[in-house]
Amino acid sequence: MTTVESTGRVVGKWHGAWLRVEGYWTWYRRHWVSTLYSTGLQPVLFLAAMGLGFGSQVRPGSVTGGLSYLHYIAPALLAAGAAQQAVGESSYPVLSGFKWQKDYLAVTATPVSPGQVFGGHLIWSAMRLTLAGAIYAFVALFFGAWTGPGVLLVILAGTVTGLACITPMAALAARTSDEGQRFGLIFRFVVMPMTLFSGTFFPITQLPAAIRWLAWLSPLWHGTQLARGVSIGGVGGWAMLGHFAVLAALFAAGWALAHRAFYRRLVV
Amino acid sequence: MVSVQAPPRRAGLLLRVLPPGLYAGRARTLVERSVMVYRGNWLIFLSGAAEPFLYLLAFQLGFGTLVSEVAGPDGRPMSYVAFVAPALLATSAMNGAVFESTYNLFFKLRYAKLYDAMLATPIGPLDVALGEIGWAITRGGLYAVAFLAIAAAMGLLASWWALLMVPAALLVGLAFSAIGMALVTFVRSTAQFDYIQLALTPMFLFATTFFPLSVYPEPLQWVVRCLPLYHAIELMRGLATGLLSGSMLINLAYLLVLGGVGLWASTRRIAKLLLT
Repeated sequence: MTTVESTGRVVGKWHGAWLRVEGYWTWYRRHWVSTLYSTGLQPVLFLAAMGLGFGSQVRPGSVTGGLSYLHYIAPALLAAGAAQQAVGESSYPVLSGFKWQKDYLAVTATPVSPGQVFGGHLIWSAMRLTLAGAIYAFVALFFGAWTGPGVLLVILAGTVTGLACITPMAALAARTSDEGQRFGLIFRFVVMPMTLFSGTFFPITQLPAAIRWLAWLSPLWHGTQLARGVSIGGVGGWAMLGHFAVLAALFAAGWALAHRAFYRRLVV
Repeated sequence: MVSVQAPPRRAGLLLRVLPPGLYAGRARTLVERSVMVYRGNWLIFLSGAAEPFLYLLAFQLGFGTLVSEVAGPDGRPMSYVAFVAPALLATSAMNGAVFESTYNLFFKLRYAKLYDAMLATPIGPLDVALGEIGWAITRGGLYAVAFLAIAAAMGLLASWWALLMVPAALLVGLAFSAIGMALVTFVRSTAQFDYIQLALTPMFLFATTFFPLSVYPEPLQWVVRCLPLYHAIELMRGLATGLLSGSMLINLAYLLVLGGVGLWASTRRIAKLLLT
């Protein structure tokens, strides 16, 4: 009896995830045009319509902290765009990896582990979020939407907001076995209200006190505060740290859940 | 012994004028199927009615305090929330119809292969188109009634003409679902769904939903006037305020033509995709 020596290399901890990223990149190179909308264009459109169009009807006042409406919503729209992009990219696409396209199943037949599949999704999403934020920040520059050099930190705030939304959503998607009907409900009852009532377009002090705590729960409110804090100020240092901590905690909790869900579903 | 249902005896006008095989007079079976699909998912079905309500709430609480008055259809100032409400109804009719006729249709067409199965039975492409559009506008009509009730309760409707907003919403649904259905047959992968958003969001944002047309410089005003949603919003706003004008006939004609072209094109596309 002869022993056959394996010629394949078992991929390293990070290497496997990066192989996934390479896979996404190969796909993206062919299809990037069709994703322009979610990559930066959507918040730009909102900025044009709400900042310039609707903003032309708004008088700068106490509500906007004395700023023009354009300056007021520019950083918040980046965070809102990142949250929407994050939820979008981690709902149907993740379920599809398990269920319709089954590329997750195909990949885990190779030495890439389920954890690395999820890690690859995270790394790739973070890169896409940062790219989208950078494109938005650049275009918004021509609208005159930025008041100072805090812009670069706003991009980072957007990525952090997005990441805090990605992991819980991916965990939910990994535990979905039907056709994803619940995603429609999430978009309608979580993402949409979150965008409308998390201080993006108007401060949450406008909300009745009875429902204001709902805004505190939403990751987007923390992201919005973070983005405003670094670009136009008005948010204290400890408060910023608190907002960041909430987002980090959401990310970590979602990561733990998603990581386990990926293993459960992919390890036979 | 298996009993087979005979084709309908009473051949209507459509059956006589259309090429054979295109239409079998069974469009209602598709609507019936959709009803059965949603029977277990009524929560998703009803959630569509809640969405415009959330928007109305946001405008009442937040946006309305930033902008109290804008120029209405006759140039006189009106309350901002009353200005936005009819536009939101038009948008929700559009979104509902497009969602039903694009995302859902895409999955039925490409993944579930539903129509391949159906066209193997005595059902034609026009039945499919009519049935799906019929379902989409039924859904849109229910949402319109719910929205109108909420808007009326909030005191945002100024005239009895507002009742006509329900048939208007049905027309908007017909126009957008027919066009959406024709276009979605060209979509090859889910990544291209971005194009749908790329068409819907700019219309939602710029077709005078949130601010009057006068905000734009003159050349841009003409671009906005070409958007289908602009005509839907003009129609709704005229009815909600009771300020009727002759130009609303143009809005009406625009939507009717859009629906007709969409129905023709979607029938042709389904026949081409699945029967050849």
